[in-house]
Amino acid sequence: MSQPQNNENQSAQAVDEHRRNFIGTSAALATLTIAPGVMVYGLAQSKPADEPVSNKVRWGMLIDSSKCADGCTDCVTACFTENGISLPSTPPKETDSQWIRKVELKDMRTSRTQSLPVMCQHCEEPPCVDVCPTGASFKRADGIVLVDRHICIGCRYCMMACPYKARSFVHETLTDQNPDVPRGKGCVESCTMCVQRVDQGLNPACADACTKAGHQAILFGDLNDPNSEIAKRIASKATVQLRADLALNPGIRYEGF
Amino acid sequence: MWKWTVGIIAVLCLSIAYAASSSAPSVGPKIVIDKTRSGDHCVEDTAFMRKNHMKLLLHQRDETMHKGIRTTKYSLKNCISCHASTKDNRVIGDDEHFCQGCHTYAAVTLDCWECHANKARPAPAAIATTLPAPAERVEGEKK
Repeated sequence: MSQPQNNENQSAQAVDEHRRNFIGTSAALATLTIAPGVMVYGLAQSKPADEPVSNKVRWGMLIDSSKCADGCTDCVTACFTENGISLPSTPPKETDSQWIRKVELKDMRTSRTQSLPVMCQHCEEPPCVDVCPTGASFKRADGIVLVDRHICIGCRYCMMACPYKARSFVHETLTDQNPDVPRGKGCVESCTMCVQRVDQGLNPACADACTKAGHQAILFGDLNDPNSEIAKRIASKATVQLRADLALNPGIRYEGF
Repeated sequence: MWKWTVGIIAVLCLSIAYAASSSAPSVGPKIVIDKTRSGDHCVEDTAFMRKNHMKLLLHQRDETMHKGIRTTKYSLKNCISCHASTKDNRVIGDDEHFCQGCHTYAAVTLDCWECHANKARPAPAAIATTLPAPAERVEGEKK
């Protein structure tokens, strides 16, 4: 989707218009030619590389636990592969980074079990950002909560503050990181909603992996756009936010339990 | 006395000239730049880049991190794609590598690579043929 960079000398206005028209055409074509239900968000929602993210968009995910298959860890594997995290050691170490985990719920009276992925919930009012002493923990305009590792001093206060245990600390020296996902010893990290993919107009790796596995339990989209599939489903079905009592308004919602 | 002074000055001049001629090639970092990989010129003038590359990188860093601006002209990945060694595809390793060579010579700590990948993934010539186009990756293909 991104254009070559050789036209940087043109005025920003001209570049914007050209790209917007191009993207508009792509989105219209996608709508016409691809059947409903196929992931066309990438084409419809990408932004030009030189344009900052906007608060008109709020990225979020809707996770349907009734579709999430027991024992399937495709979302976890896809996340680790995309972000260059080594898969959990056997036996698992307490210091392994964990950006996403599968959680199993069991109703003790009926023995009904359900499993669902839990990751950073990308809160509107993130406690990790509130407590960060350096400003490393921050929320992007489009609602994605990130750690700026250039500023993080590794104090781990955010890990204490997060009610979802979503963050990990890198304890050991790392090598051969993914070029799109810099990671290093001494910093806190967590799910970035695959920000490097979202900025290109792609879905997060976990959502794509779930669709590829045929479960379609993770729906990614713009919560602020009333025409997006995620906004329509949230408006029409009962969904829950984890620990809604904390009034953090997470961007990740769950349904099916 | 006058002859002695002239003699000493002559010896000094000769030794300075000899030192200058023999040590000139060994002054400065020994960086190997492969022009077949990097092309003829950097994204800005060489003199400007020598003095200001860190400012460009620092600016781009905050733009990308906080605003999601992902232009490639001043990105660290773009630096690596041209300046990585043809031997092992890296920008650090020994003093012949582009980043390390200069930074060792100037005695400036280089800590980008504790988090950022110091290796260019595919060689630039191979990028166009091996990387799938973004539209193809929408289908959920893992990297």
